[in-house]
Amino acid sequence: MSVVQRSRPPGWRRMADLKGFSFTVPFALGFALFTIVPIVMALSESLYTERSSGLGFGGRTTTFSGLGNFVRGFEDGRFWGSMGRVALFAVVVIPIIQGASLVMALMLDAVRRRLAARFRVVLLIPYMVPGVVATLIWIYLYSPAVGPLTPFLALFGIDANFYGGELIWMSIGNLMAWSSIGFGMLIVYGALQSVPTEVFDSARLDGASEWRIAWSIKVPFVRRPLVLISVLSVIGTLQIFSDPLLFRSMTPETVNKDFTPIMMIYNQAFAEGNFNYAAALSIILALIVGLVSTVFYKLTDKVPA
Amino acid sequence: MTSTIERAVGPQAPPRPSRRRPRSMPADLPPGAGRSRRTRALVITGLVLFVLYSAAPLWWVVVAATKSQSDLYTTNGLWFAENHLLDNFQQLFTYNDGIFLRWMWNTVLYCVTGTLGMTVVCVAAGYGLAMYDFRGKGVLMAFVIGSFLVPGALLTIPSYLLLNDIGMINTPYAVIVPSFFSAFSVYLAKVYAEGAIPRELIEAARVDGAGEYRIFFQIGLRLMSTGVATVFLLGFVGAWNNFFGPLIFLRGEEKWTVMLGLYHWLSVKIESSTDLTGLVVAGSIVSMVPMVVLMISMQRYWRSGITLGSLK
Repeated sequence: MSVVQRSRPPGWRRMADLKGFSFTVPFALGFALFTIVPIVMALSESLYTERSSGLGFGGRTTTFSGLGNFVRGFEDGRFWGSMGRVALFAVVVIPIIQGASLVMALMLDAVRRRLAARFRVVLLIPYMVPGVVATLIWIYLYSPAVGPLTPFLALFGIDANFYGGELIWMSIGNLMAWSSIGFGMLIVYGALQSVPTEVFDSARLDGASEWRIAWSIKVPFVRRPLVLISVLSVIGTLQIFSDPLLFRSMTPETVNKDFTPIMMIYNQAFAEGNFNYAAALSIILALIVGLVSTVFYKLTDKVPA
Repeated sequence: MTSTIERAVGPQAPPRPSRRRPRSMPADLPPGAGRSRRTRALVITGLVLFVLYSAAPLWWVVVAATKSQSDLYTTNGLWFAENHLLDNFQQLFTYNDGIFLRWMWNTVLYCVTGTLGMTVVCVAAGYGLAMYDFRGKGVLMAFVIGSFLVPGALLTIPSYLLLNDIGMINTPYAVIVPSFFSAFSVYLAKVYAEGAIPRELIEAARVDGAGEYRIFFQIGLRLMSTGVATVFLLGFVGAWNNFFGPLIFLRGEEKWTVMLGLYHWLSVKIESSTDLTGLVVAGSIVSMVPMVVLMISMQRYWRSGITLGSLK
């Protein structure tokens, strides 16, 4: 090989690498235009404020306002209210979903292979349903008029209003669980398949019960994928938008227009035309999401196995 | 369906970590299974309950699609009443001059063009990043990985302004063109290329005098065809599910996607007194069909894709 290379003219390697670089050029350009440029634009937009000048006549003027939009954002009770709502939701619902994914994967791992494969296909059905359609279906299931859930619970004397203020987050949480447990299960189950069999054999020789093996050997083995899907869920949940927006169609009194941070940003930008403030709020949200996922990742990754 | 599963774990599947038990093991039993009958019964019960939970909503929607609008409100939601399935579909496809078919067509059009373009751009980029060492490669890779952490929220508002500036807003291009440049797909393609294409083979082809582009088209692409299919499939699913983008970038219902249209029909109820529940139910089913067909027929690709994407 080296002989062949030496026989080539010098710079031939560089030429090949240059051509290799050309493979990435279209992506790099598009990525710069549609990802980097918008980030820079968001940063610069957030530093300006648009005001209508004079007595409401004339055009609107844009003035530099420094960190004014950020100060306003940090003092905006509606924004932090929405932030608190999704944060609380995430804290409650994500552990439940991850726990359920883990339990499902462990159960799947405990049955015969062939049976597990059958179950796996059925359990993944929710993952194949587009997000908006899943939300639509559950909205109808919750509906007191067409859904079967309200009459069913009424049989037991329970008067449940799934659209009401007390249950709305539970309704959305259940929808999220329905859509995502199958996916989480698949990831964890995949990781379980790579645990070396000798570990189980020796544990069994030492007299460990199956429950003990599941808890002390299998669970630590799948910690990493669990942490990863948890981080992804946190990022996704803090940015929850389409689910509450669809619920808002049914119950505008419960789900107000500033219900989640993204709904508020969307509303600021497209209903009130306040792009500068919306950009500042997006940046605050992005920083929080970045911070939370970093801290979360660091914390869970350092726990000794 | 079983044969698909068998294929998924067969030799064609991308390399997986070594299985922890040989498949030829007698009775195909995991160690310890069947030791405690009670535990086993508990496990099966749990799985069956979860299957019911996963499948029941779809059962409801299928049953609901067969009912007339009035039966929808008056009969038991979990069992059939008089069959109005064909009426419902006919209504769905003719309502408002067949706008639903228009939405379906738009969605297919945006998804196919967007995903094809994305696959070409991102597979080429992933191949380039995997097979060559050039200046700036590290920086590009850092940007690709770093962008995973950028929340979509940050991009949407300025993207709207940008697309407005370059005159793409309210045209199909606003949905199609930005989707070409998916950092995740590049990452996926790079990982696949590294695993599937031996560098020595590329070197040998070079020695034989093949040009870099010819090597890519005749050797690289063929060796990473599984990866290419996965990138395409995952991109297509993402595009089909996309809601936020079309919602913001497209005004005017004749340009909408099917998801946007269904959302509109759902919310019409509060604005006027028309109730389109029957249409939304039937439309939901139709909008799922392409996804389900695609996912079941290509399941080995998306399964390996999501596992790879989340574990590496």
